[in-house]
Parts: sequence; structure tokens; C-alpha cells
Amino acid sequence: MTVTKADLANTLYEQLGLNKREAKELVELFFEKIRESLERGESVKLSGFGGFSVRDKRSRPGRNPKTGEEVAVSPRRVVTYKASQKVKAKIASNNDSKYRPDGTAIRS
Amino acid sequence: MTKSDLIDHLTRVQLHLSPRDIESSVNSILEHMSQSLIEGDRIEIRGFGSIGLRYRAPRLGRNPKTGAAVHVDAKYVPHFKPGRMLRERVNHGLSGASQLVTSEKPTTG
Repeated sequence: MTVTKADLANTLYEQLGLNKREAKELVELFFEKIRESLERGESVKLSGFGGFSVRDKRSRPGRNPKTGEEVAVSPRRVVTYKASQKVKAKIASNNDSKYRPDGTAIRS
Repeated sequence: MTKSDLIDHLTRVQLHLSPRDIESSVNSILEHMSQSLIEGDRIEIRGFGSIGLRYRAPRLGRNPKTGAAVHVDAKYVPHFKPGRMLRERVNHGLSGASQLVTSEKPTTG
């Protein structure tokens, strides 16, 4: 199952008793504040979950995948996410059962 | 920006909820997202991005200190793909594709 903004809002409604409109608005603002920070070039550290930071990428040679023609990829600023140690470790241990005995993944 | 800065920002814009409700809400959102990834579910937020799990095959690694070969088990790692709005807003002014945005909002200084 995929988690969406509606699911997060619903958690706030069920767990904290926010009304549905408030919950929806707060979830929207939560992501908007993170976007604003990243837009200013400031990284965001959310303890227990992980951090988002911005990186500047230099121009590099690339290819048009359709035509095979060489084109330069323009310099750009991108966002990266790094999960907290806690989340990373739990993802690794909790998904152990999702491997076949030969070590290949059951899900891709 | 840290989690407590984020809570402060939200307290200032969100007029109807108490700071305490906002703090609990932020914690609850983060907890829900962490738990979903731990259970193998992906997260997809329109205009922000998605976080899913990617499989890493088992491999032979090395202890960087001693150089000894060590077996690294297969595992899943989280992977973030920025959504279109986030990508464009963060990159504005830096690539040709988003120069329209820059010309609409002249930068000062």
C-alpha cells in the first residue's frame, strides 16, 4: 500500500482528533514548509526520520535516449534524502523475509 | 531547518491549532512515514516526491580499515525521487527548463 497525504491526514484525525479540514491543511503545510526551506538552499533534518539536503550538480555530458545524440546536461540543483540510522536499520532487518532462499528479492 | 524549527514555522502560520497539537501532529506524520517504510510500503506525496525501497543484491565488501573481505547481505534501502514541483522550485534559475520561473520573479541582491 502506498502512503499519501490523505493517509497522513487521516492519522491526525484518528489519533489526535483534529478535524478533517485542519488535518488536511496541516499535512499540506508540513510539506510546503519543507519545500520552502529546500528552495532557499537550506537542508532539513527531521530527527528519527532522516534529512533532505540540496546538492549542486555540475554540467555533464549526456545523451538523448531516443536519438542517441550527445547533449550536455545543464548544471542543476537537486534534492537528496538520507534516511536516519534508525529507519535504515529497521528497513534492512524488517524486510529480511522478503528474500527468496537464494537471496533474490521477492518484490522489486 | 530542524524538526523544532519546522514546528515553529507551522505554529506561526497555522492559527487554529495549539502549538502542542502541531508538535504532536509533526511527530505523528514522521512516525507514520517511518513505519510505512519499515513495513515495506512506499510513500507518495504529490508535488513533493516519493520514497520507495530499492533492492541491493548481496555483495562482497571490504572493511575499509583492514582491507579484509566481508560478506554484505542483500537488503532494501530507501530511495527518494523528488516530485516535479519540488524539483522545479529548488532548481529555479539554474537550468534552462525553469528560466520562465526566474523571469516571473526577478531576484534581488
